Amino acid sequence: MRRLNRDRLTAIALISPSAILIAIFVYGFIGFNGYASFTRWDGLLPDFTWVGLRNYEKLFASQRFQIDIANIFTFTVLFIPACLILGLLWAVLIDQRVKGESFFRSIFLFPMAVSAVVVGVVWRWLLAPGTAATGSYGLNLLLEQIGLGILKNGWYTDPQIGIKAVVIAATWQMSGYTMAMYLAGLRGISEELREAARIDGASELQIYQYVVLPLLQPITLSATIILGQIAINVFALVVSMTGPGPGFSTDVPSLFMFDTTFRGSNFSQGAAIATIMLLFISGLVIPYLIHTSHNEVQA
Amino acid sequence: MNKSLMTLISLATIGAFVLTACGGAATTAAPAATSAPAATSAPAATAAPAGEAKFEFFSWWTAGGEAEGLNGMYKVYKAQRPNVEIINATVAGGAGTNAKAVLATRLAGGDPPDAFQVHAGLEILAYSPDQYLQPLDDLYAAQGWDKSFPKDLLTLLKYNGHYWSVPVNIHRGNVLWYNKKIFADNNLTPPKTFDDFFKVADTLKAKGITPYAFGNNGGWEDAFTFESVLLGTLGADGYRGLWTGATPWTDPRVAKALENYKKMSSYANADHAALSWDGAAQLIVDGKAAMFIHGDWANGYFSSKSFTGYGWAPAPGTGGIFHVVSDSFAMPKGIKNPKNAKAWLEVAGSKAGQEAFNPKKGSICARTDCDMAAFNDYLKSSATDFAGNALVPGTDAAANPKWITAYKDVIVIFASKGDVAAAQAGLQQVCKDAGICK
Repeated sequence: MRRLNRDRLTAIALISPSAILIAIFVYGFIGFNGYASFTRWDGLLPDFTWVGLRNYEKLFASQRFQIDIANIFTFTVLFIPACLILGLLWAVLIDQRVKGESFFRSIFLFPMAVSAVVVGVVWRWLLAPGTAATGSYGLNLLLEQIGLGILKNGWYTDPQIGIKAVVIAATWQMSGYTMAMYLAGLRGISEELREAARIDGASELQIYQYVVLPLLQPITLSATIILGQIAINVFALVVSMTGPGPGFSTDVPSLFMFDTTFRGSNFSQGAAIATIMLLFISGLVIPYLIHTSHNEVQA
Repeated sequence: MNKSLMTLISLATIGAFVLTACGGAATTAAPAATSAPAATSAPAATAAPAGEAKFEFFSWWTAGGEAEGLNGMYKVYKAQRPNVEIINATVAGGAGTNAKAVLATRLAGGDPPDAFQVHAGLEILAYSPDQYLQPLDDLYAAQGWDKSFPKDLLTLLKYNGHYWSVPVNIHRGNVLWYNKKIFADNNLTPPKTFDDFFKVADTLKAKGITPYAFGNNGGWEDAFTFESVLLGTLGADGYRGLWTGATPWTDPRVAKALENYKKMSSYANADHAALSWDGAAQLIVDGKAAMFIHGDWANGYFSSKSFTGYGWAPAPGTGGIFHVVSDSFAMPKGIKNPKNAKAWLEVAGSKAGQEAFNPKKGSICARTDCDMAAFNDYLKSSATDFAGNALVPGTDAAANPKWITAYKDVIVIFASKGDVAAAQAGLQQVCKDAGICK
């Protein structure tokens, strides 16, 4: 234990207000939430009778939650690669030192600045299919007009598609963010490495494959973690775009949690859903934190 | 010198934080119990002086006709008590989802508003009436309200033998709206039974007109419309029994209702998942669909679009039955301004108060003796029905919120999968979970 000298005391004193507040308002509340999930609190006024794992059993047996888990899994598995690939594509294109680079950079990044609710409403209109009687709307209308009418479908109104339509809106919003991260990473790869590869006879494609992409791995990893966290928490976009959807085909755990807690006043069930979501995200983030802290120790 | 200064500043900062925690908790800023997304406007009341100078009313009527109606009632109150400062504590958020959470926090935390808005009926259970609310039997007796409100409504309002809230307005849930032009062009009359409905729908479908407008983007519309189908298939007593345990959900009539709903939905516009209820109402306005079964806030929507080409009838099978959705005002125990609150409830239940409130809100008075001159044609006809029909409570009056949400989820899945047996089993199960069915 190092000596408690003035420096150390000052450091502790400066950090302690934030630490105490975070301990109470973040971790304390998470703990309370976990506690509530083991109780029988299912009305507006609290009832802390202990019921053990009953809420969790009921949750996993409920049809809606099973559909939600499948939906969030589909969403995550489609959203993350889509954002990474598109983000990398934009970043590589912009990195070619095109004219008006900052203009394109801004355009790709703007969607992230738009509120999720606005994104949801706009994409609700864009992907509204219309009917035979009223004519097509939105994207269907566009496809019709450019002659690709066979690609028309029900988008989020079709239970088979459901959450995959929401992935389109979410990718539109977040691929700019991934692009920004990759652009920073690309700029960080020194030109000498590429020169060296060229001298060794590598084609441009091989340079990307063997030099650039491996060096971008840390960025891919952190982007994956952040996008994963966004995916599991997605709420505002789904609420404003599709609601729970026909047969819950666009329902996600956060929407179920909101519904059951604030409309159904079933606080213990909401707490259980929130705890499960926290466990999912922890499963994503904690290994990453351990990995990076190991790296720092080694460095 | 630098280090001592730093230490001093840090200690002062910590001290400031500690002081704010211990400092007077005078403001009634209601902390959202969990992170509710919509902004809450914290009521501004601070410790009121002795001798009641204020009155705080808590509701979720923040916009449109609702807010106008509330202001109309405030005017009536102000005329009677000009020296009282009215604190209009509102929390935005559809159907009061955020407001209810804030209200529960305040009631449990010992800082109740003087009066608050609540749906008439069993929604009062959410606030533990025996524990937190004042029974209003004396008020009802003093004001002679047993003569002003219909008998069925009074029955609906009672819990544990007492009255807990004063009903202010009445909306009807089981209305069939139709586009008059489409019906006239095709020589159709509004269907009275489900068989009539299917005949009319088939005729329209053959002509390429969407028979039935529907929008369920919000996730609640299926369960709400299904209530009208249950009502039309089981009748008033059978329907009431579903929520009291007298009618089991495994009854064959419930299966028939599910079949009816399934068939009815087959006539709906294919993109209903993209529309919310007002999008469906817009189809009627635009003449793109013929019929729409929904509550009478659709009437408010049509008026706001200056559309008059609509007709109305009771939803199929529900002639003579009135599905009541009613807002009412309740008074908690231990409030700061009891006299002002009592005066407010008197205004709320009075002819003048209800006449000031309802035309703007687009609903009818809970009283049967309001002057109908200020109301539009639909509301006039609705008031006549209200005075004479059998009144049944909607889900929010008949069941607790947990049951309503679970019931809604079963219907959402049924609307998509169409499995009648599974839906019926699910409905019976959620009734058991609610402790009503055996």
